[in-house]
Amino acid sequence: MPSSLLDKVWDAHTVRTLPSGSTQLLIGLHLIHEVTSPQAFQALRELKVPVRMPARTFATLDHIIPTTAQQRPFADEVAEEMTVHLTRNAQQSGVPFFGLDSGKQGIVHVIGPELGLTQPGMTIACGDSHTSTHGAVGAIAFGIGTSQVRDVLATQCLAMAKPKLRQVRVDGALARGVYAKDVILAIIRTLGVNGGVGYAYEYAGPVVDRMTMEERLTLCNMSIEGGARFGYVNPDQTTYDYLRGRPYAPQGAAFDRAVTWWQGMASDPEARYDDVKRLDGSAIPPMVTWGINPGQSVGVGERLPNPETAPEQERATYREGLAHMGFEAGQPIAGAKIDVVFIGSCTNSRISDLRVAAAVAKGNRVAKGVRAIVVPGSQQVAKVAEAEGLHEVFREAGFEWRNAGCSMCLGMNDDKLRGREMSASTSNRNFIGRQGSPTGRTLLMSPAMAAAAALNGAVTDVREMLQPTSGR
Amino acid sequence: MTESARRQVAGRAIPVPGNDIDTDRIIPARFLKTVTNEGLGLHAFEDARKHDPEHPFNQKAYEGASVLVAGINFGCGSSREHAPESLKQWGIKAIVGASFGEIFFGNCTMLGIPCLRIDNEDVLWLQRAIGRDPKQPVTVDVEKQEVRVSDRVIKGVIPDGARNQLVSGAWNPTGVLLEAGDAIEATAKRLPYVSGF
Ligand code: SF4
Repeated sequence: MPSSLLDKVWDAHTVRTLPSGSTQLLIGLHLIHEVTSPQAFQALRELKVPVRMPARTFATLDHIIPTTAQQRPFADEVAEEMTVHLTRNAQQSGVPFFGLDSGKQGIVHVIGPELGLTQPGMTIACGDSHTSTHGAVGAIAFGIGTSQVRDVLATQCLAMAKPKLRQVRVDGALARGVYAKDVILAIIRTLGVNGGVGYAYEYAGPVVDRMTMEERLTLCNMSIEGGARFGYVNPDQTTYDYLRGRPYAPQGAAFDRAVTWWQGMASDPEARYDDVKRLDGSAIPPMVTWGINPGQSVGVGERLPNPETAPEQERATYREGLAHMGFEAGQPIAGAKIDVVFIGSCTNSRISDLRVAAAVAKGNRVAKGVRAIVVPGSQQVAKVAEAEGLHEVFREAGFEWRNAGCSMCLGMNDDKLRGREMSASTSNRNFIGRQGSPTGRTLLMSPAMAAAAALNGAVTDVREMLQPTSGR
Repeated sequence: MTESARRQVAGRAIPVPGNDIDTDRIIPARFLKTVTNEGLGLHAFEDARKHDPEHPFNQKAYEGASVLVAGINFGCGSSREHAPESLKQWGIKAIVGASFGEIFFGNCTMLGIPCLRIDNEDVLWLQRAIGRDPKQPVTVDVEKQEVRVSDRVIKGVIPDGARNQLVSGAWNPTGVLLEAGDAIEATAKRLPYVSGF
């Protein structure tokens, strides 16, 4: 019977069916960070159970570390304490750890693929909802809570119910100035922030086929913002080319054997889906969120919707969104004033994101009064960017160039919005208070759009800056 | 039947109106700067409460409630288990809602907090009913997948796996998972990326 990647991966990792009816699912790769793991290690100590397969867990620091001065001990005592805990937990249990002095530290969802840890056909879990990112290489990857982190550490397994499968097809071709970020924002706007609850999303269609691996990572990253805990793209030549030569990928002849196995894990052409949704990629404009969840977005040329004409269930949230943002129904999103620009996060902090933003910034100046920071996703991204001189491009344009980390995506370090500041952010969540200020405001957009917003001090259609003369 | 079995939860209820209430709203990230779960209950909905003096978590009438009644997509967003943990420490023992963020739902189950899904119309009715009389007892029946208030019985859904775990008391699965023993290593060995390509 033809089967999907989800079916094949699920079957290959099923240890047994539990009395409750759930699957005992083996987790092939477990990633941990400092925020959601300390209580799990503590629980293990209380249970007197060791880490079952330490070589299949990898640890890094990302959420709380400062992106400016990184001398130890950190000025922030709690950040220091959390760092000490993670370092010690990793050491004592034999879990490989990518700390600040490793040259490989970074946002967990950036370093997994970058190091080749993330591979097709795997099950991947991490105490972080954006673990869906890793699905871009053709893995079943999902976020878990701390009790589940405990379970993976103790048993290398989880009790899981298999999700339903939806194929999300993006047809056509993207216009210039439109990126993977715009595609996923358009998908979430169309299918809703809870449209994917209970589903895994398989992204497919010509637009997805043509995407680079880094674009697919951006796409899969925000699956959870559409309610889908899992999102993946079937592995193909783009995947294999991306993985070849990465430090933790199979090497030499083993790589070719791996490719054969990976190809076999992809969905069969006749695979069945619980449903299929289609979007016309050619019609997607640069997107900007205007509200307090990632589904509240419009094309940059559109006006804000009127809650009174919105679907009934959405009205209250629309009103709340407009009120929090200080926006009026019917106003254009273009021209909305910006105080802060954040280019970073596991959605958009990879080298291709920084290149796009730098190309927009090059030779221009950040608008007066705008605070703009660029935070590379990992030390390796930073290294490549610096070798290309991107940091200089950003600095000359008036952006701050920082060290790798989650930073202003969630404001657990000093990188926060202040008061009601409005940010143009390449991250994934515009929830109230998300960027560190309870009254702060967030507009999500692509790196190109965020760079354009920085230069103009307001939301701007980046297409006007990319192609001032050409008609394409 | 073990002590941990969660067949039903009875007590007073607290309505939390609104849809898409994310886990950042339930517990802002700055309270995740800790290596323990101590004191999380004090910070449940902290910023929302500061912003809105009328927030249900500020109202005396709802103190001591054990059933939270929420709208659509409650607990969406971040996987932070600190969110259900803070609600649990505040006193919440069961949640009734129109739908739940999936990771949040799983985290609640792992903490022994049943999440019962009912129709949104019923949520709105229930929230109004509790608002009129916060003292009235509300029963969430996990086995029967229903919530009972005064003479009304509202049918709902708790998916099989979670329901079986809660009712049998096996909602903390570590022990059950460990029972698989060598089958875990055997499954791992069959995977070429574990045993070597
Ligand atoms: S960058 Fe943001 S969304 Fe991504 S892992 Fe860090 S905090 Fe979470």
